[in-house]
Amino acid sequence: MYFFRRILFAIPLLLVISALAFLLVHLAPGGPFDTERKPASPEIERNIKEKYHLNEPIWKQYGRYLGDLLHGDFGVSLKYRNHSVNDLIAQGLPVSMTLGGLAFCFAMAIGLPLGFFTAVQRGTWWDYGGSFLAIFTICIPSFVVAPVLILVFAMKLKWFPVALWSSPWHMILPSVALGLFFVGKVARIMREGMLTAAQSEFVTAARAKGLPETTLMVKHALRIALLPVVSYAGPMLADLLTGSFIVENIFQIPGIGVFLVNSSLNRDYTVVVGLSLLYAMLLIGLNLAVDFAYTLLDPRVKYE
Amino acid sequence: MNDEKVDSSKLIAASQTTATVVAKPKLSTLNSQLHASPGQRAWRRFKKNRAATWSAWYLIFLLAAVIAWPLLLKISGGDFAKRHNPDQLSDAQFAPPSAHYWFGTDTHGRDLFSRTLYGAQISLLVGIVGAIVSLVIGVLWGSIAGYAGGRTDSTLMRIVDVLYSLPTIIFVIVLLKTLGELINQSHFVKNSPMLAGKLHVALIFIGLGAVSWLTMARIVRGQVLSLRSRAFVEASRTLGAGTTRILLRHIIPNIFGVAITYVALTVPAIILYESFLSFLGLGVQPPMASWGTLMAEGVTQINPIRIYWWLIIFPGGVLVTTLLAMNFLGDGLRDAWDVKAK
Repeated sequence: MYFFRRILFAIPLLLVISALAFLLVHLAPGGPFDTERKPASPEIERNIKEKYHLNEPIWKQYGRYLGDLLHGDFGVSLKYRNHSVNDLIAQGLPVSMTLGGLAFCFAMAIGLPLGFFTAVQRGTWWDYGGSFLAIFTICIPSFVVAPVLILVFAMKLKWFPVALWSSPWHMILPSVALGLFFVGKVARIMREGMLTAAQSEFVTAARAKGLPETTLMVKHALRIALLPVVSYAGPMLADLLTGSFIVENIFQIPGIGVFLVNSSLNRDYTVVVGLSLLYAMLLIGLNLAVDFAYTLLDPRVKYE
Repeated sequence: MNDEKVDSSKLIAASQTTATVVAKPKLSTLNSQLHASPGQRAWRRFKKNRAATWSAWYLIFLLAAVIAWPLLLKISGGDFAKRHNPDQLSDAQFAPPSAHYWFGTDTHGRDLFSRTLYGAQISLLVGIVGAIVSLVIGVLWGSIAGYAGGRTDSTLMRIVDVLYSLPTIIFVIVLLKTLGELINQSHFVKNSPMLAGKLHVALIFIGLGAVSWLTMARIVRGQVLSLRSRAFVEASRTLGAGTTRILLRHIIPNIFGVAITYVALTVPAIILYESFLSFLGLGVQPPMASWGTLMAEGVTQINPIRIYWWLIIFPGGVLVTTLLAMNFLGDGLRDAWDVKAK
């Protein structure tokens, strides 16, 4: 019931977001067909505007847009000739999702053990070193990691290609550059969770019964400590999918972020609104999925 | 005391004296603990955190360098000032770091050290002003929601929920683009590109502050909810104090510690946002520099023939160490203020 309500609530939310994006984009002076060169003759301009319904009042355009949206049609791009926004999404989203997914795996593969290890070794130099490493990765923006990785591993050592996206070999550096920030995040959340779990009563009880420390940590504390990580996984995936445009920009990857940045610069109305909506849907959907997963993992959690 | 050779009478006397000696400082610290204000106690805890204090010193040093460097250039004059002028083009293009150019030079032969410090002005300013904007909005929003309660509260917090589900960075891009165009088109900046540039930076301050207040509002609301029913607030109300007075005199001073802590964590987040935007060419416009634009310039110079590592390592290094210090400082403040942690 709770989730049903949440899904229902998401619909007006998406409407608000689409209206907001639509209004903001159209509010900016200048249009998609203003060029550096002399403007085209008035007749041509009028014809173009008529073709894309840009001469209508804005509420009418928005209504038309919503109508198309109901049929799953995000409209046509005004700048990428003969491409619909659906085309652009179909072309870019798989690439961005692969990149985001790989970065997610990287962050989890390094972050979880790091957090577990620093929590178990609490108060030792291993803990200080590991925790410093975690906070250090949080402070390196992707546009600093990416060039450094390129300089060291692609230019100097020549182990990896510098850019582009054509083989699994090309995917390693971008995924690391994108995922590194989240390694630290995951490690810190994991460490916090482990420390809380290690102090809880059921762990003390299990210890009193004489369970060895390793079993205690791996079988009992770890399961509870994973919960905060799961609830962070949703926003994290959303961040990875929507925040990849810097990495895509540096590595020349044909993902969806490139379209977004270019279109907001070119005032390609439909693409900007469509992609904003897509991102919002991803964000809402992932948060919902995480909350749902939470109820499955932790039977104590109940939403009314 | 542990010496076994001393006889018993001496031992008793010694134990008595040590007992009194030990007891005294204990009592006095207890007393001062009792008499210290929450702020003083937090300060004492903060001073013990070595990572946080070192970070504070580093940031003070950086701030001093950022302020002093332009003054130094102005005072010294002559060759030195000319070489280190951040906007002075020269023939020494892509000079590696040396005694002359400590961080090397960029594609136009400009001194990278100076450019990094001048860029720090913009980056730090955006971070601090943006954080203050987010502080003001967040504290007002959160305290009104928490204090008013009922329908006002749920409406205000529902708006926060909606804004939370917007993809922030995209929202900022669209917002800055729109307002930036409006500024460029308005006629009083038509004749003065300087003013347009300044307005654009002001826009970044406000825009980034305007999207970063959400968490602050949530935290403040929670604090206000718990403060509102405390005895001293009830007492003030029975004495006839109005809502505004209670909010300004009793509630807001009490959330100060929490708010300051969160501001310290907001500053690096906003600096990061700004450098993201500038990196994409949507933030600070050249010839003005920020750490983001410096990184962007470094990245465009990546080529397979020559490696200009200093264009990336130095601005990036200063950015990363600054963010690191700010995060340590924020964590230290949080630990110092958090009463539950004790």
